[in-house]
Amino acid sequence: MTAVPAEKKTHKAAWKMTPGKFFMYFFMYAFAILCLIPLIWLVRTAFVPRELELDMLAVGWTPTFDNIKRIWSMAPWGNYYINTIILVAGVLAAQFVTITMAGYAFARLNFYGKNVLFILFLTQIMIAADVLILPNYMTITRMGLNDTLLGAMLPFFASAMGTFLMRQTIKTIPYELEEAARIDGCNLFYMIIRIYLPLLVPCYIAHGLIAASYQWNNFLWPLIVINKPTKRLLTVGLAIFAQASEIGALWSDTCAATLLTVAPLLILFLFFQKRFIESFVHSGIK
Amino acid sequence: MIKFAIVIDKYLIGYSIWNSLYKDNNATIRTGPVYIGFQNYVTLFTKDKIFREAFKNNIIVALVTVPTSIILSILMAMFANRVRIGKGLVRVSFFYPTLLPMVAVANIWLFIYTPGYGMLGYIFNNNTWHFLTDPKAVLWALIVMLIWKQAGYVMVFFISGLQGINPELYEAATIDGANPTQTFWRITWPMLMPTTLYVMIITMTNAFKMVDHLYILTKGGPGNASNMLLFYVYQKAFDQTNYGMASAITVVVIVLLLIITCVQFFTQDKRTFYA
Repeated sequence: MTAVPAEKKTHKAAWKMTPGKFFMYFFMYAFAILCLIPLIWLVRTAFVPRELELDMLAVGWTPTFDNIKRIWSMAPWGNYYINTIILVAGVLAAQFVTITMAGYAFARLNFYGKNVLFILFLTQIMIAADVLILPNYMTITRMGLNDTLLGAMLPFFASAMGTFLMRQTIKTIPYELEEAARIDGCNLFYMIIRIYLPLLVPCYIAHGLIAASYQWNNFLWPLIVINKPTKRLLTVGLAIFAQASEIGALWSDTCAATLLTVAPLLILFLFFQKRFIESFVHSGIK
Repeated sequence: MIKFAIVIDKYLIGYSIWNSLYKDNNATIRTGPVYIGFQNYVTLFTKDKIFREAFKNNIIVALVTVPTSIILSILMAMFANRVRIGKGLVRVSFFYPTLLPMVAVANIWLFIYTPGYGMLGYIFNNNTWHFLTDPKAVLWALIVMLIWKQAGYVMVFFISGLQGINPELYEAATIDGANPTQTFWRITWPMLMPTTLYVMIITMTNAFKMVDHLYILTKGGPGNASNMLLFYVYQKAFDQTNYGMASAITVVVIVLLLIITCVQFFTQDKRTFYA
């Protein structure tokens, strides 16, 4: 009984507001607001009536969809959206298959050169596809996949990060489950689907969120591979749109276009904030 | 399947080395690539001023963004962990830049940096700041943007690092009468060391990978004051169709990244020491 108040006391002592702490808190709150300003400005300018776009302190205006409506007709945004969604879905589907199989192989199977292969595999985390734009481009050209969404997806069908995540998780699943299934005469693929898949769902969500945001935001690679305007992705479309409009003259247009590009991910993030941050933590450190 | 993927991956690196030994540009369209040994590398390191500038810029960006991102994100993580009022909002405001594409970030910061009627010019009523067209300022302006973009991502690792520290350590420190500064340097900082080492690698490689913004903001300019190696690869390969040289630069970037990876392997002993 005596221990409880004592503990409370130390807890309180640790939370005493010193001037240093007060300053730190004040500084960090201010910093948080500072970080938020670009986003607030982006949303504001996307919805502000056009004549007020440069008057940053204007008040008393009513939000309007005019900017978004105007830019919607200036570029095939609908196409961009569809292409981006197809690309993200395609990459995720392929990755889920490859990372499950590769993760299972690295976690449970014994084959010649397994460790060397695994280390080689991990170097992909360091030397990411971002760096290999030129060799990737030459390969894709040779395969005749230029100007196709498949060409834009192909370099990402395998994922070292995802495989690593799968391997680590599969290693924590009791082997007895697999044994029991084998004794019951279950074959390998059926077993992966029935036993492992349900247990790996949190991993799929974590990896899915990260891979989806990476693909949604990827720019340089799709810019190089895809030239046809109707096959462009959102980021590339946005960049070309922003380049086309005279710098500074059309802030409300640029902002509306930028908002169109970032809105789906940001809205998803605002709703599943914890999930998102946990996913990034989960997959990053092991 | 996995073997296939690995073969492809390693094949690409080998392919780059192979290509880097050839003269393969507009002049060799008819003849096909011509073998020239290490000539591309010699040209890069002795004659190519743009390469040298991009290399230098890359090193500066890495040396500045890595420590600043780490210090800032440790502060952010400690704050986001402890704060009681508006915790969700604080986390959102720190983390959301991670989810924006670099192209969108570039659009936003283009407005912030635009002279006169951009955000900074407007607030400070100053028409003379030319952040993006002044060769001396441009790299630093971009570095600020990169830190803003990446700090929230790095913060997430430190949040999980902080949550992994045994609270008994802090209780013991409080009982012994340690002040916050001592607690930080004697407990928090050493216990975060494994995370810090890991994050150093991520931010280092990021310093080489983040180039999308250049396409919107500066195209590597003015002159080549903000050019980066990967963007130079893009320019060499797709503006100038010089595949041989572009392959050589790719190989240089890969070697740099491999060196960074090796450094991580050597420092890994320290990780086990603290963990």
